[in-house]
Parts: sequence; structure tokens; C-alpha cells
Amino acid sequence: MARIIVVTSGKGGVGKTTTSAAIAMGLAKRGHKTAVIDFDVGLRNLDLIMGCERRVVYDFVNVINGEATLNQALIRDKNCNQLYILPASQTRDKDALSQEGVGKILDELKKDFKYIVCDSPAGIEKGAHLAMYYADDAFIVTNPEVSSVRDSDRMLGILSSKSRRAEQNEEPIKEYLLLSRYSPDRVKLGEMLSVEDVQDILSLHLLGVIPESKSVLNASNSGMPVILDEKSDAGQAYADIVDRYLGEERPHRFIDEDKGFFRKLFGGK
Amino acid sequence: MSLLDYFKISKASTASLAKERLQILVAHERSSRNQPSYLPQMQKELLAVIRKYINVGQEAISVSFEQDEDQETLELNIVLPDLPIKNT
Repeated sequence: MARIIVVTSGKGGVGKTTTSAAIAMGLAKRGHKTAVIDFDVGLRNLDLIMGCERRVVYDFVNVINGEATLNQALIRDKNCNQLYILPASQTRDKDALSQEGVGKILDELKKDFKYIVCDSPAGIEKGAHLAMYYADDAFIVTNPEVSSVRDSDRMLGILSSKSRRAEQNEEPIKEYLLLSRYSPDRVKLGEMLSVEDVQDILSLHLLGVIPESKSVLNASNSGMPVILDEKSDAGQAYADIVDRYLGEERPHRFIDEDKGFFRKLFGGK
Repeated sequence: MSLLDYFKISKASTASLAKERLQILVAHERSSRNQPSYLPQMQKELLAVIRKYINVGQEAISVSFEQDEDQETLELNIVLPDLPIKNT
């Protein structure tokens, strides 16, 4: 049975697209046929992060409007033949996506794919609403920062009241916390909310912590999902997240700071 | 605990400030989120009806909605003035 995952946050710039690209690649690399859909109509960027921006011919809206078939619009990833990308349209028409249209495409994808990852736009407007509406699982990407945590909580409220599962009184969407741009050093100094702080406030199941990392910008510069950078901390964090999501036991990493020479000298634990 | 840690704890960290502010805010936003969507409109109409018969100010009426495990309570509180009946 196919599962639909929405990657959402409310707030912009927290790492939704980075996360969508990474987990879609991770799931596909583990042999599960995966599609990743960009719901940010008018501001598409998933194609850039996935490095397929020059191969976009048709998009999501073309398929909804019947101007192209799903197979024509899906782009096969260059690194993994189990992964397909459905780019967003660059149209400025806000109503280009409809609930019925999105539902029809997802139903069609479900026949052929194991996982469908929906990259939500920021905000709580139509695109964000449609990205989460049909979801089975929600990855809430949050930064340890007040506005991001508040917006995540707002998003949780929307997931539990406005989604298809909520409207039809089905089992609620499974919600997972992905805490990104985490700096253990700053947490130790009392300058940043800790994992426990954020969990206390949001009461969510923690799927993983992604440390603040230079590798994320390097990955987006080159159009390679960061999970392919297996040596990087962020790449490993996403790999752990995919494994945990698939039910494997992985101890949490990147929560405690590196014990550098100076910290040892000054009594780090 | 090292000497450095001791100094860190002695001044309130901005992270704990952030957590405190968020906890208050999120609790408040969650309580209003669970209210039924018709509540504000109903509140307005109730007020209009009451003020048709009783001469009270806006501040004399309070409406609160509470929800727990198995029941929802709508509480309407009106502070009656000394001369409650309007001449009609």
C-alpha cells in the first residue's frame, strides 16, 4: 500500500525542500519506488535541489489540466532509477491546483509508487493545504527558533482538523518531528532551544535531528540531495531519519556537541 | 560540572526565555483552536439578543468555551445592572 508523506512546516526557509529531496532519495535508494512532488506553484525549486531543472518539460498543473500525461511530466532522477520528480508549475494563477485534480493524480501515482513525498510550500494557503490534505504521514520540519516552533504548532492544528483523514474521521495523520539547523554548541550555551524543549512544546515523536551543516548549501549548489553526501553530518542525519521511518532502530545522533580540545580542557562532559 | 558551566547557569539563558514564551503562547493558541467555528458569530448574536432586553454594557457579558475529555461547556455570564428592565 502506497503512503503519502507531506513535508511541511508553516514557516519558510526551515528546510522543507532540502528534506523532501533527501528523504525521497533515501527511500528510493533503499529500493522503494518513490515520487516527489513540488506543491509550490509559482515558486518551484525542488527541480533545482534535485538537479533536474533543465529537464522540466511538463509540470503538475499541465497534468491536472490534461495537457500532459503523468508519465510525460514525471522526471526520472539521474542518480536513482527508483525516484521520479513531478515539478511545480511556474504559473502565477493561484487556483491552478484543485483538490479534485490533486486527488486524481495522487490516486494514479499510488498504483505505481510505494512512497509519494509532497513538498509543501510555506504558509497556510491553498498550496500548503493541498500538499497535506491527502497525507498519511507528516514530517514537520522545525528549526529550534521561536517563530518556527509556533508555526509548526499551527500546522499541527491544521493537520488534525483540515486533512482528508480528519474530515472523514479516519485514523489521524502520523506526525513526526524533524528538527533541522540544530547547533549543539549553542544549545549548551543556552542560546538555542534544545531537542527536549521543542519536544516539550510540540509533543511530537522525534524522527531525527539535522545539524546546521555546510554540506546542505554545497549540496544545493550542485543539485544533489544532501543524503547522497554520505560523509556529511547532514547526509548521515537524513539517512538515519529514512531508516527510522522505515522502522529500523537508529540511536539519535548530532544532539550533543563535538568534544573538541578546548571543551575537554574547560570541562566539557 | 565545570566552572564555566556554573557561570552559564547564573544568568538566565535566552533559550529558557524562548521556551517559556512559547509554552504560554502555544497553550493559548491551542485553546482557541479547539473552539467551534460558529462560536464568535453565536457570541455576537447572543449579545445582541440579551442587550435587546437588558441594558448592560459589552463588558458585563462574558462568554467562555471549555472542552475536556467527555464534555463541552459553554458558559455565559451576565452581570445584571441595578435597574435591569428597559422601558419598551
